[in-house]
Amino acid sequence: MRNRTVTDTLTLLRRNLRHTVRYPSMTAGAIFGPVIVLLLFVGVLGKTLGSGLAASGGHPAHYIAYIAPGIIITAVAAGSMATAVAVCVDTTEGIVDRFRTMPVSRVAILAAHVINSVLSTIASTACVAAVSVLLGFRPHATVAQWLAAAGLLLFLTLALTWLAVAMGLVSATPEAASNAPMLIVFLPFVGSAFAPASSMPAGVRQFAEYQPFTPAIETVRGLLTGAPIGHNAVIALGWCVVLGAGGYAWAVAAFSRPAAH
Amino acid sequence: MAVMTKKTETAPALTIMTTDLRKAYGRKTVLDGIDLRVPAGTVFALLGPNGAGKTTTVRILSTLIEADGGQASVAGHDLAAAPEAVRRVIGVTGQFSAVDNLLSARENLILMADLYRLGRRPGRHRAAALLERFGLSEAADQPISTYSGGMRRRLDLAMTLVGEPRVIFLDEPTAGLDPRSRRELWAIVRELVADGVTIFLTTQYLEEADQLAGLIGVLDGGRIVAEGTVAELKRLVPGGHITVHFAGPAALTAAAVALAATGLVNEERATVAVDGDALTAQLPSDGSIGSLRSVLDRLDAAGIAVEDLSVHTPDLDDVFLALTGDRR
Ligand SMILES: Nc1ncnc2c1ncn2[C@@H]1O[C@H](COP(=O)(O)OP(=O)(O)OP(=O)(O)O)[C@@H](O)[C@H]1O
Ligand SMILES: [Mg+2]
Repeated sequence: MRNRTVTDTLTLLRRNLRHTVRYPSMTAGAIFGPVIVLLLFVGVLGKTLGSGLAASGGHPAHYIAYIAPGIIITAVAAGSMATAVAVCVDTTEGIVDRFRTMPVSRVAILAAHVINSVLSTIASTACVAAVSVLLGFRPHATVAQWLAAAGLLLFLTLALTWLAVAMGLVSATPEAASNAPMLIVFLPFVGSAFAPASSMPAGVRQFAEYQPFTPAIETVRGLLTGAPIGHNAVIALGWCVVLGAGGYAWAVAAFSRPAAH
Repeated sequence: MAVMTKKTETAPALTIMTTDLRKAYGRKTVLDGIDLRVPAGTVFALLGPNGAGKTTTVRILSTLIEADGGQASVAGHDLAAAPEAVRRVIGVTGQFSAVDNLLSARENLILMADLYRLGRRPGRHRAAALLERFGLSEAADQPISTYSGGMRRRLDLAMTLVGEPRVIFLDEPTAGLDPRSRRELWAIVRELVADGVTIFLTTQYLEEADQLAGLIGVLDGGRIVAEGTVAELKRLVPGGHITVHFAGPAALTAAAVALAATGLVNEERATVAVDGDALTAQLPSDGSIGSLRSVLDRLDAAGIAVEDLSVHTPDLDDVFLALTGDRR
């Protein structure tokens, strides 16, 4: 039984990976979006925002050092859009109904999607990180700090992927599926990705401080640039557990309801 | 041993059995107590107008959705208690295409083989054999987006056969196929039945049911309104008749008089419908040679020349139209 779930997952994962490799436009979108934002913020707005940052205690020359971790988190969030669309397209095709009439592990169908999405989000996030290094981001982190940052990003990716899978399953059309994760994609912008929460007007500031992405951004920034982390790491991990468990439960419930589409 | 044989003769093994199967969507009752008995190794055809609940029945029997009430078993496995056991013996070709459009035909078949755990080499062999059998070898590695509707349909069925299912559900398998492809598919169905496979078929083409099915069920208004062999169903409706065509109105009038006389074979009081514009007389008949001869003899005796003659025996279309009410 267990063995069957594993072999089915691997078989279906091969299929999903083929889709991603043959039709990489969604994954490419998950790279281009954050890269364009990065270019915009560093190239066009960098000077203004950098001096604003200096006023609150930062270094204008190192604005890229401030936003690169935020951009990397944005790349993780952008991956969820690709995931939701892929899952929706796939489950609206009749092939998944065929799987359901076969002796195929149902968990495997979802697990294959999740693994495929996590792998493509890792790839797109790595590309975005590489571009920010090309643009002058010079993290000074130890190997342990690198690993810790990668681990948190992976954990966040896993959590957001389950959430996005659930969104893809409950969306009736691919258009709806690409709209559903918009909130996830834009949340880092209303967080500490581009400016410290403390620089924001009241109301927005509270929101920025308590939303899930800010502690994750602060933790990654702290690990890669040496900024203080404080309780952020624990809060970030807590958010990952909550979002991941919620997404998992939602996805499984949505998948066992056959008439979702 | 002898006792065993006798038992199978009197009560053939039932592969699909449903009792009082019910399904509603919201307040709309789709299946209102369906009882079906499909003997092993036969073709059962479920007929019914659009929206009658054919696909719903197939989706329930193939474990895709659960019934609201009643019992059903497939190959001896209860649908509610052991859906996983049912999935191991069935194959389904749904009404709408269930192929992976981003893979090639060969990749689709190998995917099925892997999911049925046939092993790498046997799986590839099986895929190649099915591509050959369904005439898809040449296009096997092309993207499915370039396939015609008929090719897609054939691939769909080929994928269903990868796991060598003992029970196959075909939901309108020949919808949109040209006459040649339809005949090819019928031939495949016959081969499968010869191998002992049980087929549950839904169709809008009554000729298809006539060609393939041993038993037919007619579904309408959420119930099975008639069930039986093709011959049994045809007996339910009148409608067989002979149409005789004459050269002119004079001959027609004379014929009407001659034919209306009593004493026609099989027809004590033949009601002759005369159409003055078409110059035809139509009278009920079972289509037998005897009834034809008696009509012609009578016209001969009266010295009336017949231009043309056609025989209409009741077909499933008549049965279908008579049994399924106009609810719209
Ligand atoms: N998921 C659903 N939600 C609500 N109503 C549904 C659903 N699926 C089917 N129905 C309704 O159930 C009825 C039967 O549908 P079904 O698809 O079984 O008919 P059918 O006999 O296969 O028709 P067709 O010949 O057009 O394929 C229809 O009135 C349909 O609108
Ligand atoms: Mg249907």
